[in-house]
Amino acid sequence: MSEATRGRRRSPRDLVGGTPTATWSLRFDGRELSAQAGQSIAAVLWSAGILAWRTTRETGAPRGAFCGIGSCYDCLVTVNGRPNQRACLVPARPGDRVTTQEGTGHGDLAV
Amino acid sequence: MATSPSDRDARRADTGPDSGPGTGTAPAGADGGPCDLAVVGAGPAGLAAAVTAAGLGLRVTLLDAGERPGGQYYRHPAPALGAARPEALHHGWSAFAPREAALRAHEAAGRITHLPFHHVWTVVPDGAAAPGWILHAVAGPEEGPARVRARAVLLATGAYERQLPFPGWTLPGVVGAGGAQAMLKSGLVLPGKRVVVAGSGPLLLAVAGSLGAAGARVPAVVEAAAYTGYAAHTPVLLRNPAKLAEAATYGSALLRHGIRFLTRHAVTEAHGTGRVEAVTVARLDRDWRPVPGTGRRIPCDALAVGHGLVPQLELATGLGCATATGPDGAVALELDPDGRTSVPGIWSAGETGGVGGAQLALAEGEIAAHALAGRPVPARLARTRTRLRAFAAAMAAAHRPGPGWTGWLREDTDVCRCEEVPAGRIREAVRDLGARDARTVKLLTRAGMGWCQGRMCGPAVAALAGHDPAPDRRPLSCPVPLGHLAELPPADH
Repeated sequence: MSEATRGRRRSPRDLVGGTPTATWSLRFDGRELSAQAGQSIAAVLWSAGILAWRTTRETGAPRGAFCGIGSCYDCLVTVNGRPNQRACLVPARPGDRVTTQEGTGHGDLAV
Repeated sequence: MATSPSDRDARRADTGPDSGPGTGTAPAGADGGPCDLAVVGAGPAGLAAAVTAAGLGLRVTLLDAGERPGGQYYRHPAPALGAARPEALHHGWSAFAPREAALRAHEAAGRITHLPFHHVWTVVPDGAAAPGWILHAVAGPEEGPARVRARAVLLATGAYERQLPFPGWTLPGVVGAGGAQAMLKSGLVLPGKRVVVAGSGPLLLAVAGSLGAAGARVPAVVEAAAYTGYAAHTPVLLRNPAKLAEAATYGSALLRHGIRFLTRHAVTEAHGTGRVEAVTVARLDRDWRPVPGTGRRIPCDALAVGHGLVPQLELATGLGCATATGPDGAVALELDPDGRTSVPGIWSAGETGGVGGAQLALAEGEIAAHALAGRPVPARLARTRTRLRAFAAAMAAAHRPGPGWTGWLREDTDVCRCEEVPAGRIREAVRDLGARDARTVKLLTRAGMGWCQGRMCGPAVAALAGHDPAPDRRPLSCPVPLGHLAELPPADH
């Protein structure tokens, strides 16, 4: 498939005729990302092509959304300083500060 | 949507129509008496049960972890995304829309209290009003406490995806097939541009069709079972022409999007550094053992994978409801034809009684509502249920994982994603330390002890221990702030 043809492929928004009521931005690790009203934090990150936003406690491996419905807890992220939020469930809000979560997200605690 | 829905709903739970005026922190139903029926889950089964029961005169409280009714099957974009055609992502939207409208009408009339964003974490007997129940929920992103009292409870908690691990399945870009579908339906997003769909079960066909329609390239759908497994159940198929038509719809969608359909094949490895870049697909023998030398690489930037669904039962098993292993090897509730569990006053409908799809869930929800209201169950509904349950059993048997799938695990393949426990450590616990079941493996290796509480690795750990999965043993169905636990009355247990 040529680049030109690929450029014409439809998007999920085309499929359902989506016209979001608002777009805004949030910050992910200091980077400004565009968000559509109604999207979860995970959806905003996927829209930007970001698939990983935490590292595991044992090996520091990258992880992102897996089950998409709140069952697997792989998509944990720190939102506005609050760690361990499930990105696939938490709605994105204007001006949110989302940061990659390392391990438990409680590295500041001396435990 | 900002913060308001959860705040509003948390308040509603505290000062709803069932509670006394000005009680502030009193639970719904605490002072004005319990509602007739609490329904847990607003998917096809719960939604159908709630609106049918309300239509038959019961006062219903419908609690749901999600923001909008519909569950995973009818998951749809938030209103703010302005989707003019949400039905483009769905099969059977015409079964959902009128029921959602009925829910809104019953809500407006005060016959249904709908509590979205309420995750019920335990159900306990109501010491003050036996027979009756108190449902404890975590409400909204702020995780506030909410309680609902009810004379009867219907658990319509649905299912989640069954996952079988393989090397590379923890790479970013490897996502659940249902997960990709859920993210697409609710957030209008894709995990990549070129997405392989793999695993087992008819859900894969629906997922591949949706991804293709939404603009992804799907190089292949990789199905571990042989669809010839259905041939043994020809009479059941012939009694379910709608299911055959659905299969034809999926088939033509695959053709339209140029998607290859490989049966008796599996993704045995995902490759990449930092994210998935390709997968290896191998042929399987009839026991799902990879055939040596048949592996070939397919480049992709995402893999959507899942091996069917498993019933979500922790609330039911916490109450002591009887279970049995189904033809797919998964644990399901033992229910009578009306939806009664073995515990008087606790009912269930839909996937909890064995995975069978949305049409069956709708029928079972309506059947339970009639029985709960003391009305005769319409013969039409009973016939539908019998017919679709037979189809569900045929489907479950056809896609039950074969024992040879563990042949694609390497010793260093993480089986438990949360605690990062590799297959080698689990095999060692079984072989050298005498573990005979998933629970003992957990105690010896921490597999299943992390955040997801074994939801992702449970079937795989059980298989490595040489058994079918045991019933859920999770005292809490989701993480609960310690303060809420302290509010449980000690005498209730």
